[in-house]
Amino acid sequence: MTEKDLPALSIADLQSLLRRREVTAREVIDALRTRIEAVDGEIGAYLSFDMDAAAKEAEKANVDLPLGGVPLAVKDIINVMGQPCTCGSKILHGYRATYDATVIRKLRAAGAIPFGKTNLDEFAMGSSTENSAMKLTRNPWDLSRVPGGSSGGSAAAVAASAAFGALGSDTGGSIRQPAALSGVVGFKPTYGRVSRFGLVAFASSLDQIGPLTKTVRDAALVMNAIAGHDRQDSTSLNEPVPDYAAKLENDLRGVRLGLPKEYMIEGIDPQVRAAIDAAVKQLNWLGAEIVDVSLPHTDYAVAVYYILATAEASANLARFDGVRYGYRSKNPRDMLDLYGRTREEGFGPEVKRRVILGTYVLSSGYYDAYYLHAQKVRELIRQDFARAFEKVDALISPTSPVPAFKLGERTADPLQMYLADIFTIAANLAGICGISVPCGFADADGHRLPVGLQLLGKPLNENRILEIAHAYEQSTDWHKARPPIAASK
Amino acid sequence: MAGTSELDVGYVARLARINLTEEEANAFQKQLDDVLKYVEKLRQADVSHVEAAAHALPIFNVFREDAADEWFTAEQALSNAPRKANNLFIVPKVVE
Repeated sequence: MTEKDLPALSIADLQSLLRRREVTAREVIDALRTRIEAVDGEIGAYLSFDMDAAAKEAEKANVDLPLGGVPLAVKDIINVMGQPCTCGSKILHGYRATYDATVIRKLRAAGAIPFGKTNLDEFAMGSSTENSAMKLTRNPWDLSRVPGGSSGGSAAAVAASAAFGALGSDTGGSIRQPAALSGVVGFKPTYGRVSRFGLVAFASSLDQIGPLTKTVRDAALVMNAIAGHDRQDSTSLNEPVPDYAAKLENDLRGVRLGLPKEYMIEGIDPQVRAAIDAAVKQLNWLGAEIVDVSLPHTDYAVAVYYILATAEASANLARFDGVRYGYRSKNPRDMLDLYGRTREEGFGPEVKRRVILGTYVLSSGYYDAYYLHAQKVRELIRQDFARAFEKVDALISPTSPVPAFKLGERTADPLQMYLADIFTIAANLAGICGISVPCGFADADGHRLPVGLQLLGKPLNENRILEIAHAYEQSTDWHKARPPIAASK
Repeated sequence: MAGTSELDVGYVARLARINLTEEEANAFQKQLDDVLKYVEKLRQADVSHVEAAAHALPIFNVFREDAADEWFTAEQALSNAPRKANNLFIVPKVVE
């Protein structure tokens, strides 16, 4: 094991080396710094990092803690004390967090070192990371393509071995979809499982923080550190947290998996479909029983999402008004001018579109027709899942209907970009948990593009989908594949 | 300015306190008309027997002791302010 090979390790393997004292936490930070300097010029995963501070933390790291000495990247929408938190937006220009989000406090207590912040679509609104006002992030498997989004920086950093693991946030698929497109594991916990305190709110009834990692076991290890009740988030669930890594075995006998017939739509890329078909066979071979299920209200999910998420965003983003933090327009005539111009100059087009749509669906005369109606359809979608989970332990589908698309390909048509989230959005509406694991590749223009398999589980049944995902992953070599950029540097 | 839906982007943008250029307003009008046309499909859903769900889990009122706790100092709260003085945020004059 040379220093050069360190960054490609999983968190679990890194911990073994640290605990056997074969490498020091300081050496790990130095190796990661070298790696980021070598690849991130091309990838653009990071918005900021402080390796000197990380090195100091590493000097006193207790490697026997659950994540002792493990550096982790953090999506730049989660507050880390003293670090910037841009949310990918000009409107938070100059802001530095004055506190740690609960997940950061918990990661530190577990010994991890949150050293840097990753790129994202502005305020997590997007599916390609192209809505960042800061920079482009490129897919490590093909630099002409998007890494997915909105947690695209986190996904690309892990895929390029420029992070051992990262936190993301998932409002409609923003952890799972970039994980699929970048070829890593992405885990969205049950709504309320992980505290949202310190996560800058996009859509409060949908947002959830979760890990992006190289393996399912690593996702379980990060979950062990961040899950649990927090009195500073009144929507966090006061339920015991199991050891998510304890029962990861390779046997799926007795497991029942559902294939939602509504997910077998036109428009799934043939290579994605072939990879999913092969994964289903593999799960069956491992002992799982595969049954057909129905989620009859699936076709409404994207429409419900874009009413509810924009409505919540329009309220949440009202706080960015140029008064207390971030950007303020120059020489305002009066308060209204200050608000209107600060938000004109500070927000990018997608954020403006969504705030306007959200304001409209909540406005007098339209609230019942749009917002209230969508809330009711949301309940129908939740009931669909509850009924399906009476019959099966988990549901399987592609994470994304297509592999990574080209930079610029979808930016002109917001509706087409929204439809990229068709398989991930319903899980947020229903509040259930989900994971994306690598399950193969699609070939395009001489590049291999990763495909992700999505498993969805019952509320608070994280253990089950982690077990199933782990068993699948360990029976394949997909998680061992690394993008060309990982090998060439 | 009217599009194919009842949404008037210029009016709603003012409600949302976002100034728009005419070019932006025109582009958003068309794009959001498309989105509103797409969400019309929700009209087909029968929700006559459904209660609205504010969120997906059965959490209702959450209570805790109303106890004072350590939190930001005034200095921390003001540390990111674009303009401040005398421990206060400074904004343009609101009343004449």
